[in-house]
Amino acid sequence: MADTLNETQVRHVARLSRLKLSDNDVPRLSKQISSILDYVAQLQEANVDGLEPMAHPLPLHSVMREDAISESLTVQQVLANAPGKAGAFFTVPKVLDAGMGGG
Amino acid sequence: MSTTAAEPQYKVLIGMEIHVQLATKSKMFTGAANGFGGEPNSQVDPVILGLPGVLPVVNKRAVEMAMMVGLALNCQIASQTKWDRKSYYYPDLPKNYQISQYDQPLCGPGSIELPLSDGSTKTVRIRRAHLEEDAGKLLHEAGMTDSLVDLNRAGTPLLEIVTEPDLSSPEEARLFGEELRRICRYLGVSHGIMQQGHMRFEPNINLHIYHNGKTVKTAITEVKNLNSFRSVERACGYEIQRQLTEFFANPEAAVSQGKSTRGWDDDKGMTLLQREKEEAHDYRYFPDPDLVPLHVDSGWVNDIRSGVVELPIARRKRYQEKLGLTAKEAFSLTEEREVADLFDRAAALGAPARRLTNLFLGPAAKMANEAASAEAATVLISDLPVTDKQYAKLAELIESGGISATSAVTVFEYLVKNLDADPAEAARTLGLVQVRDQSQTEAWVMQALTGNPQAVSDYKNNPKKKQASLGFLRGAVMKASQGKADPKLVGEILEARLNALAADGA
Repeated sequence: MADTLNETQVRHVARLSRLKLSDNDVPRLSKQISSILDYVAQLQEANVDGLEPMAHPLPLHSVMREDAISESLTVQQVLANAPGKAGAFFTVPKVLDAGMGGG
Repeated sequence: MSTTAAEPQYKVLIGMEIHVQLATKSKMFTGAANGFGGEPNSQVDPVILGLPGVLPVVNKRAVEMAMMVGLALNCQIASQTKWDRKSYYYPDLPKNYQISQYDQPLCGPGSIELPLSDGSTKTVRIRRAHLEEDAGKLLHEAGMTDSLVDLNRAGTPLLEIVTEPDLSSPEEARLFGEELRRICRYLGVSHGIMQQGHMRFEPNINLHIYHNGKTVKTAITEVKNLNSFRSVERACGYEIQRQLTEFFANPEAAVSQGKSTRGWDDDKGMTLLQREKEEAHDYRYFPDPDLVPLHVDSGWVNDIRSGVVELPIARRKRYQEKLGLTAKEAFSLTEEREVADLFDRAAALGAPARRLTNLFLGPAAKMANEAASAEAATVLISDLPVTDKQYAKLAELIESGGISATSAVTVFEYLVKNLDADPAEAARTLGLVQVRDQSQTEAWVMQALTGNPQAVSDYKNNPKKKQASLGFLRGAVMKASQGKADPKLVGEILEARLNALAADGA
């Protein structure tokens, strides 16, 4: 049976998640993830005729907070677990491809 | 139609994506303060850091602000909407996803009437507007091997507005951006300070070129992250020329390539292709399990609708149709809400609109500009210490002939320098109360005539200069009277005298 997530796709997803895989990892993960996907695919057999698609399993909606400021962490706390810092900043290796800039 | 290659026939299509930072007190999904500046990483809490176990909770005010903008853009407000994760790995967003709205935006299709420079308007369709959160900031210091990360901006509520490609010139793209800024400022949802990144623009540009008897479409380019109106206009202008040039150099290639993303180099005045890995746009959207859907009932929408102020578009229309102002005057008065509000309050006190407009756009605008250049800051007419009541009294004083329009300028300057002064008293103090005494006015007229023999001679002998001379002499009389003469009486006596002289001379 063909894998639901083939090796090329595994490499693609790993790259998107910034995970480094060895060549040995790839066939193993392809099988494992495929079996998980196949298992979850059983949901496709459920009859959902006449049901609205749900975005969330809980019977809750419209949970909101008022626009009020609560305390931030101190800069020291914010940076406490950072592998790299300079002054009040985190430091990260230079990344060349464009970020979202909120886009 | 001529088909010379030198004059290509083409149509420009520009659609805009605009990100507006909403001026809430706290962030989109948590209570950390939302604001510009401050020490780096000082407006950050566990939700912004994406620490394990935290839960985002929607800021109700941000939703309401988004609805206000949606209603101002005549958008349909969705009765049900949800939150989705847009996955990407980049150090400006520690969660590795941005919370956004993918297939159920809060605001659906709408449109606005965009005022154009010739005084007409154009319908621009809005495709959608949705809420999301802003990312942090990366700083690349010269000489450093690492980049610096400041997460203060991360989690700021962002409204992304997307138009249909209805803008057909760089100028229209700029005008749209400016109008949207005005709308957001009127609504109080954004301060619209461009230098601080409150609004960011991404125009999508392509051309429909009439070539060899058919219409061909060039590939769409998106110019990222423009933060000034000038750069929007320049980047669009550059792209149009670039797409035209590339099309005529190689028509097939220019059409067949897919959509591309370009950056704007403001110093060089050109756009540059941004190299992106193909997989960069694989965002793997899915509903955020941390957030439940949002239902918007009609009662809530109506509450918000009733709080939406009269927008610049409606106000300009009212000033033109009800008050008889020109399109240009209406535009100037409605540029800032505070100024338009002050104008409306003074008008509501019974001040004649014409006199009021002349005061606002004459001495008031001049003094605000002078104050602005002296202080190197924005000073609006409404920032001057002149109240609605003072405007109303001064306008009535001019209307009733109590003072001349020329004297009103002096009185206005006096009001700015003397808080709470009464305009009528100020006019008396300054000796500017209009004089309508017949013999006094005759004396000023004679003084002007004897002092300006050339103008008198032109009036009598040179039909081409007749009107100009009359205007000049009228000014001379007003000057002789130090602005106190009644212009109407001056006009009558002056023309009578001149015509008598002309009859004598003939």
